[in-house]
Amino acid sequence: MENLSLMLAPLFSSKLLIVLFFGTLFGLILGVLPGLGPTTGGALILPFTMTLDPLSAIVLLTTIYCAGTYGGAITAVLINTPGTPAAAATCLDGYPLAQKGEAGRALGMATVSSVVGGIFSVIVLVFFAPFLAKLAYEFGQPEYFALAIFGLTMLASIGDGSPIKNLIAGAFGILISTIGKDFMTSIDRFTYGINELSEGIGFIPVVVGLFAMSEMLIQSTLLNQIFKRVALKAVKLPTLKDYKSTWKTILRSSGIGSFIGVLPAEGGTVASLIGYSEAKRWSKKPDEFGKGSIEGIAGAEAANNAATGGAMVPTLALGIPGSATTAVILTGLIIHGVRPGPDLFREQPEFLYGIFGAMLIANIMFFILGFFGAKIFARITLVPNKLLWPMIFAVSVCGTYSLSQSMLDVWIMLLFGAIGFFMRRYGFSVVPVIIGLILGELVEGTLRQSIVIFDGNWLLFLTRPIALTFFILSLIALIFPLLKKKRK
Amino acid sequence: MNNVQSKKRANQKSLPFFVRDAFRVCFVIIFISIILLISTFSFDIVPPILNRGIQPVTFPKGLLILIISLTLIVYYLSLKNPWKIEKKLPKPFFITLLNFVLFVIISKFLDFFLAISVLSVLVSYFWGERRILYLIMVSIIFPIIVFIFFETILGLRFPPGIITNLYYY
Repeated sequence: MENLSLMLAPLFSSKLLIVLFFGTLFGLILGVLPGLGPTTGGALILPFTMTLDPLSAIVLLTTIYCAGTYGGAITAVLINTPGTPAAAATCLDGYPLAQKGEAGRALGMATVSSVVGGIFSVIVLVFFAPFLAKLAYEFGQPEYFALAIFGLTMLASIGDGSPIKNLIAGAFGILISTIGKDFMTSIDRFTYGINELSEGIGFIPVVVGLFAMSEMLIQSTLLNQIFKRVALKAVKLPTLKDYKSTWKTILRSSGIGSFIGVLPAEGGTVASLIGYSEAKRWSKKPDEFGKGSIEGIAGAEAANNAATGGAMVPTLALGIPGSATTAVILTGLIIHGVRPGPDLFREQPEFLYGIFGAMLIANIMFFILGFFGAKIFARITLVPNKLLWPMIFAVSVCGTYSLSQSMLDVWIMLLFGAIGFFMRRYGFSVVPVIIGLILGELVEGTLRQSIVIFDGNWLLFLTRPIALTFFILSLIALIFPLLKKKRK
Repeated sequence: MNNVQSKKRANQKSLPFFVRDAFRVCFVIIFISIILLISTFSFDIVPPILNRGIQPVTFPKGLLILIISLTLIVYYLSLKNPWKIEKKLPKPFFITLLNFVLFVIISKFLDFFLAISVLSVLVSYFWGERRILYLIMVSIIFPIIVFIFFETILGLRFPPGIITNLYYY
C-alpha cells in the first residue's frame, strides 16, 4: 500500500507532470522521425537533465523511452519506414492495412496494444525488480563478472546481423572502456600522451556519434529516396471484433516482450520480432500476415512496448542495461549520483517507485497524445532531411560539448559517426558497442577482483553456483544464434 | 529479391579476393587491432606488490586477440557465404564526411559557432536546399537559438573564437 502511494506520487507533483508531458511529447517526435529514436534522443537530452533533480531527470529519460518506442509505429504504419528499429515488424502489417484505407484502424490497434504492453511491463517491473534486487545481495564479484559476461554474450543474438560481428562490436565497446587511466593502478592505457584521454572516452560522445552522426551519414546516401505516404483521417479505437481477435495476442506479446526486455542487452527490436512471429504461429489466419493483419500489428507493438519495462528491471536492480536506451538511462542515473543495484531498493524506495509510477503515467499519456495527435506527429516527417539534419547536428555538437566542455568530445563524436556508418554498412550492429562500453569497467573490475579472491585460480569460478549458472547461460546464448543460423 | 541478393553475392565471388568487401573490412579491423596490440607493449608494468589480480595490460591485450580471432572467423565464413555488394557511396556522403573534417579544422583554429554555421549551410546546400531564407534559418538563426539556449539554461561557456568572443566581450 505504501509502495502504491509512492508510485502515484508523480500524479500529485505538478513539476513531474510537466516533465512527463514534455517527455512524452519529445519521445513521440523522436519516435516518429526515422533515424532518430529514444536512444539518440535520450543521449541528446542528457545534458539538459543536469538542470533537474535526479527523479525528474530519470522520469524524463524513461518517458522518452516509453513514448519514443510507441512513436515508431506511426511512421511504420503511414510511410512504411519504422521510426525506430523496434517498429520494424509493425511495418509488415501496418502499412498494408493503411494502404487498404484503414490507417486509422491500424494506428488505433498499435496505440492500444502499445499501452497494454507498456502497462503490463510496468507491473512486471514493480514485482520482479525488487525480487531480482534481493537476489543480487547474494552476488559477489565473481557472480557480477559472470552476469556481465552473460549480458555480453546475449549481444550475439540481437538483431538479424551476424552473431560473430555483434560479438566483435561488443568487444570493441569494452576496448573503448579501457582507454584512459586504469581505475585500479592509474596506469595510462591507449592515451598516447594526450592528457584529455586520461579520463577515458565519455559515453555520450560515443552514443551520439554512433547513433545520430552515423545516421546523418546514412541519410546523405538516401537523398533520392521518396516515401509513399498514406493519408490519415483520424485514429480509430479498435472495434469489439478487433479486441476479440487480438486480446490473446496482446497478452502473449506483452509477456514475451517483458521477458525479452529483462534479458540483458536484448530490447524492443528483438521483442517485437519474436512477438510478431509468435502472433503468426498462434493465429487462426496466418496467411493474412504481411497483408494487413490486425493481429500482426498487435503482436509486434505489444511486445516492443512491453520490453521497455522489462529492460528497466536489470538496469535498476543490477546496473546491467537491458537495451541501448536503458544504457543511456543508466548513464543518467550515474551522472545524477544514483547507484543502481540492490541498495537503491532499500535506501531510496520513493525514487524507484516514482520511476515506476512515471512509466505507468507515461503509457497513459502517450495513449492520449498518440490517439489525438498522431495526425500532427505524422506531419513532422514532412520536415525535409536537408533542413532537419543540419539542425540535429547543431544540437548534437552543443549537447556533446556541454557535458565536459571539451572539444575533444566533439571530435570523438564525429569520429564515431564515421565508424558507426561503416559498421552499419557492413552489417555490424552499433548497439553492442554501447553495451560493451557501459559494461566494460564492470567486466574488467570484477574479473580482476575475482582473480584476487581466487588467488589466481580461474577454475574456482566454477565452484560458485550462481556464476556457473550464468556461464552456462552464456554458452547457450552463444551457441543458440549459431544453431539458428545454421538451421536457416 | 532473394535472387537479386544471391546474384550480388555471386558477383562478389567473381571478384579478386583483395577487392572484396569482406577482405577489406577484415583487413582494416585486423590491421588496426595489431597496431593497438603492439602499442600495449609500451604500457607500464605494475610491480607485483601493487598488482591487483592481473596486469593492466592483460585485459586489453586479451580483447584485441579476441577481436582478431573473431574477425578471422568472419573472413573465413565470408569465403563460404560472400557478403552482398553494397551500393557505391554517392557524392553527398563524401561531401558530408568532408564537412565533418572541415568542422574540426574551423572549430580548432577559428570558431566553434562558425564551424556549426559553415557545416549546416554546406550540408543543407549540397543535400539540395537552394532557398536562401531556409539556408539562413538553418545556418544562422537555429544555431544562435541553440547557442543561447545552452548558454542560458545550462550556463555553458563555449570555447573562445572570432565570433564567440564578440558575444562574450
